[in-house]
Amino acid sequence: MPVEPPVVSPRDLAEAYAALSGEPGDPPARPIAGGTDLMVALTGELGEPPERVVDLWGLDALRGISIDGGAVVLGALTTYTEIRRSALCREHLPGLVEAAATIGAAQIQNRGTIGGNAANASPAGDTLPVMLALDAEFVLGSARGERTVAANEFWPAYRRTALEPDELILRVRVPFAPGREVRFRKVGTRRAQSISKVVMALAWRDGTGDGAWTSVRLALGSVAPTPIRAAATEAVLEGRQPTPETADLAAETLAGELRPIDDVRSTAEYRRVVAARVLHRLVREAGGW
Amino acid sequence: MTSRIEPPAPLVVPPETVVPGRARGVPPVRREGPAKLTGAALYADDIVVPGAWYGATIRSTDAHARFVALDQDPAFDWSQVVLVTAADIPGDNIVSGIKADQPILVPIGGEIQHHAEPLALLAARDRATLRAARHAFHVRTRRLKPVFDPLVSTHEFASYTIGTGDVDAAMGAADLVLEGEYRVGHQEQLYIENNAMIAVPRDDGGVAVTGSLQCPYYVHSALKRGLGLDDRQAQVIQAETGGGFGGKEEYPSMIALHAALLSRKADRPVRMIYDRHEDIAATTKRHPAIVRHRTGVTADGRLLAQDIEVVMDGGAYCTLTPVVLSRGALHSGGPYRCPNVRIRARATRTNTPPNGAFRGFGAPQVEFAAETHLNRIAERLGISPLEIRRRNVYVLGDTTPTGQLLRESVAGEEVLERAAEAAEFEHLRRRHERERAQRGGSGTVPGSPLRTERTRLARGVGLALAWHGAGFTGSGEVKLASVVSIELTGEGRIRILTASTEMGQGTKTIFPQLAAEALGVPVDAIEMAPQDTAIVPDSGPTVASRTAMVVGGMVVSASRKLRARVEEATGGRFPDAYVPYARANGGVRVDERFEPYPNVSFDDETYRGDAYPAYGWAACVARVDVDLDTGEVHVRDVVAADDIGHVIHPVLAEGQVEGGTLQAIGYATIEEIKLRDGRYLNDRLATYIIPTSLDAPRISTILVEAPFSGAPHGAKGVGELPMDVGAPAVVAAIADATGAWIHELPASPERVLAAIAAVPAIAPLPPGASEPAAR
Amino acid sequence: MTAYRFTVNATPVEVDVPGMRRLLDVLREDLALTGTKEGCGEGECGACTVLLDGAPVDACLVPVCQVAGSAVRTVEGLAAESPALDAPPSPRELDPLQAAFLTAGGAQCGICTPGMLMAARAYLDAGGGPDEEAIREAIAGNLCRCTGYTKIIEAIALAAGSGRPA
Repeated sequence: MPVEPPVVSPRDLAEAYAALSGEPGDPPARPIAGGTDLMVALTGELGEPPERVVDLWGLDALRGISIDGGAVVLGALTTYTEIRRSALCREHLPGLVEAAATIGAAQIQNRGTIGGNAANASPAGDTLPVMLALDAEFVLGSARGERTVAANEFWPAYRRTALEPDELILRVRVPFAPGREVRFRKVGTRRAQSISKVVMALAWRDGTGDGAWTSVRLALGSVAPTPIRAAATEAVLEGRQPTPETADLAAETLAGELRPIDDVRSTAEYRRVVAARVLHRLVREAGGW
Repeated sequence: MTSRIEPPAPLVVPPETVVPGRARGVPPVRREGPAKLTGAALYADDIVVPGAWYGATIRSTDAHARFVALDQDPAFDWSQVVLVTAADIPGDNIVSGIKADQPILVPIGGEIQHHAEPLALLAARDRATLRAARHAFHVRTRRLKPVFDPLVSTHEFASYTIGTGDVDAAMGAADLVLEGEYRVGHQEQLYIENNAMIAVPRDDGGVAVTGSLQCPYYVHSALKRGLGLDDRQAQVIQAETGGGFGGKEEYPSMIALHAALLSRKADRPVRMIYDRHEDIAATTKRHPAIVRHRTGVTADGRLLAQDIEVVMDGGAYCTLTPVVLSRGALHSGGPYRCPNVRIRARATRTNTPPNGAFRGFGAPQVEFAAETHLNRIAERLGISPLEIRRRNVYVLGDTTPTGQLLRESVAGEEVLERAAEAAEFEHLRRRHERERAQRGGSGTVPGSPLRTERTRLARGVGLALAWHGAGFTGSGEVKLASVVSIELTGEGRIRILTASTEMGQGTKTIFPQLAAEALGVPVDAIEMAPQDTAIVPDSGPTVASRTAMVVGGMVVSASRKLRARVEEATGGRFPDAYVPYARANGGVRVDERFEPYPNVSFDDETYRGDAYPAYGWAACVARVDVDLDTGEVHVRDVVAADDIGHVIHPVLAEGQVEGGTLQAIGYATIEEIKLRDGRYLNDRLATYIIPTSLDAPRISTILVEAPFSGAPHGAKGVGELPMDVGAPAVVAAIADATGAWIHELPASPERVLAAIAAVPAIAPLPPGASEPAAR
Repeated sequence: MTAYRFTVNATPVEVDVPGMRRLLDVLREDLALTGTKEGCGEGECGACTVLLDGAPVDACLVPVCQVAGSAVRTVEGLAAESPALDAPPSPRELDPLQAAFLTAGGAQCGICTPGMLMAARAYLDAGGGPDEEAIREAIAGNLCRCTGYTKIIEAIALAAGSGRPA
């Protein structure tokens, strides 16, 4: 039977920040968005349950999908279902739509949020590699004001984020990139309701007009303590066309730079080899050979 | 201040619905259906028992240890909770079973034999207190050296040797001798309703236990022995049960004893409802097995000699292992004629949670091995897997390795041909051969496992055939001496009294159906008494696919006897005569005791004779797509042909085939338990993976009827048969797609990729193996 | 404690319970609606599926503080009449989706059935048709161990009006 820690449901951001900070002597608070991660923690079987909870669900300021300058802006409480249905997301962020469709199933997609996925900081979080590959930025808020943190600085260590204890994710900004290609691939434990064994987001542009890839971003989850950018492999792909030689070199490089682990879901060697093969396949498909 | 819900206003009653395509005649609607569809059916956790406390179990975190002490934090107010240890057990500290080796609770100073073994019990008024109390305990143990490898363990629970002919001579004369070793791991039954029991003290010093269970009288025996009660003081009532599949055959005795002990000490009702984690961590699983084949065949694929070794991992206590091993041994050659057979089977103890019954009960493990081995032989000889089976499958008049003459009810050929034809097996095989040739490889570049080939998806088709002995092995049914009663009450109501339980298979629909047909009355005129040991006789356990065949057969016999009695007494037809007769004469009750099937005899000592009164036969053709990049296998569709003797209710029978098939698909592909230090690592639904609707194939069912004359309705049982063929069909399909034979279940993506990329390090430990804890 | 007000099967309710209590426990224990089941407590099995403002969610993952002002629909709200406690509902009292499950054999042990019906109800209410793949996706969050899903899909297709999955 799960515990039922005390919770407050603030009606606006000011109340939310105050609730997060709490009174002197209060135990640390954990925010709850859609609850798909935090509610499981209440059983106490997966580590200590939270002692105090701040319910964000009433904060409409954290909702909505819009365009702002050169970016799609998603409120932190945007659910996966909303992402999938959003015309803006379908047009500008198809990789994110694809990722959202692979998470859980209908029930999870109706409640899980983009902000929650980011804040939970699981190495297997399915939207996280997409955030990295698309150069997303998280806008964080506190009583002290707002600040922006790039996705590739947002997850510094295993299950840790750049959030201060009194901060919330307000929204995610995902810049447009005209001509950007994005590919997403999740290798899970089954075809729905699955945690990934390897999850990958690959983005590039044809910046020079001759088919060579530029601005390459290769991000992966479930192969490290945090979601990562595969920097050595990006360097190999940068400036190259998607030929068989490029694919072979990229696959070798990726296999060489990954240090995955054995766990209950899979083996280190499977992850390493499959990540390389998935990348090889993506390059092959892009090259059409 | 909480409001009760008022019922919503009534809406328009919907029109009758008819399912098109069901041209067989409309079978009766499921009696127990509407309650399940509206949420009205009461499973154990739905039952409100005023004043009930909550119970919990303190379990071992060591696989093998001396239980030194149970320390209680003095700062906690222990007067708020009830604590039960082995010292509180009034009867024998034994969970009654085949061997008296499993304690209800390990006594202080006793030996812990597996992770999650129960050490003590707690009850409290509310769950917060219970949770706090659990944290206020400290269990002190002294570790002992565990044994995790069943091949290394020297403690044997059971062994059997079955033989006929001269295997060694025949092997010498064979054109081909092929060896193979096959390993299968644990499988969790994963009923969606966790184990649950509610114990309520009775006024006569006994206890009434209501819960999720398959076998009321198994629990009844356990309560009598553990609590020192007589037949009436121990009362067991089955609640609506959300799936069993064997997982609630013997385990409920343990949880019932725990709840009963707590309720006795607390002198109040106690509820023990497991959460999913505890259920997976602590309850029985399918036995892991290692099966070795050495087979000699002629050049045209006829079996000359089979030398088979079966080793099963029983876990820490005996439970049902001897019977699982027995069925496994008897089925291990597959449904094939072979004049020279040697089967040596043993089951050993390891320091892991005890394994137990799961649909198929030893047969799925050994038939995976037998079928995969035969498919490999076919490939080696260049003979079609269909053709090699045609040449070897039992036909009427053949003799099995125990010397049983198959006199009737043999349908191996029929299910084989029907499945192969419906699935277009040979056509698909030829197509895949062409596709493989075009691909030019297994999907990997030799020596370069990181590179993909052009084609990503490979299609494959696989075939398997199995037999499954109907009912209990050997003299088991005679020993059970089951009883079913039909009662005509003084008011003229007809009631079936049986301990056979409903857990989804439709017992409460088919028994009235059988009785109604025999009596000539409408099915709605037949009632079923509740499965309460205070009311119904012991009809034996609801296992072994015996419910329709054996107990249903007894329902028919009893009904016929009742009909004869009333018609003789009145000179009229039963449908017209029974109500006036009942009202004039008071109630009539017919008690039908199991009659041994004529001409069926088995020697338990020598393992010779008729191992089963009849066999069911099943064939399966599975089509798969293999993702050559990742080794993922998607089973696209399955054709299942099952001979069940007589189809009592087509929708229910198909449901059994479909459900059993998907469990077999899960067994073959994604259901895996990894162990560390004897502890299951996959102990939540996020990590023990069963198929979702997107993983499930399309399943087409062909029901075949080769009736068994010993049963009055000809039925042979359906529940377990489909479990025996799904996995080898999938593994054969993977081989058809990739050229790689997977010898271990599950054929997970890791194992498939390891095989096709020729990188063994990709694969995990063999199934059932326990890795040591990280130091 | 705060009082949380919402509707269940179109009936207004008010519960005085801790805000982090799971909607599942509020339904089963505080409101005595035991039709919604707990299979895992971790949002994997879908046995606890209810409709929250029309959308299927796992009630084991929703804290009641987030349900205030919303409409909850459970399996008890599907049938034409609430079943009497002492007599099971007759087949004629079922809604077309439940009736389709009954005819097609979509329920065996029944423990997944309430959640499955709610997921199917949401699918049909959103205009879902007899397309097999779409139905499979709609119920992908509802585990069934008994049926192999075959007759569940048939039942939902039947309820969608065409009688056979496409």
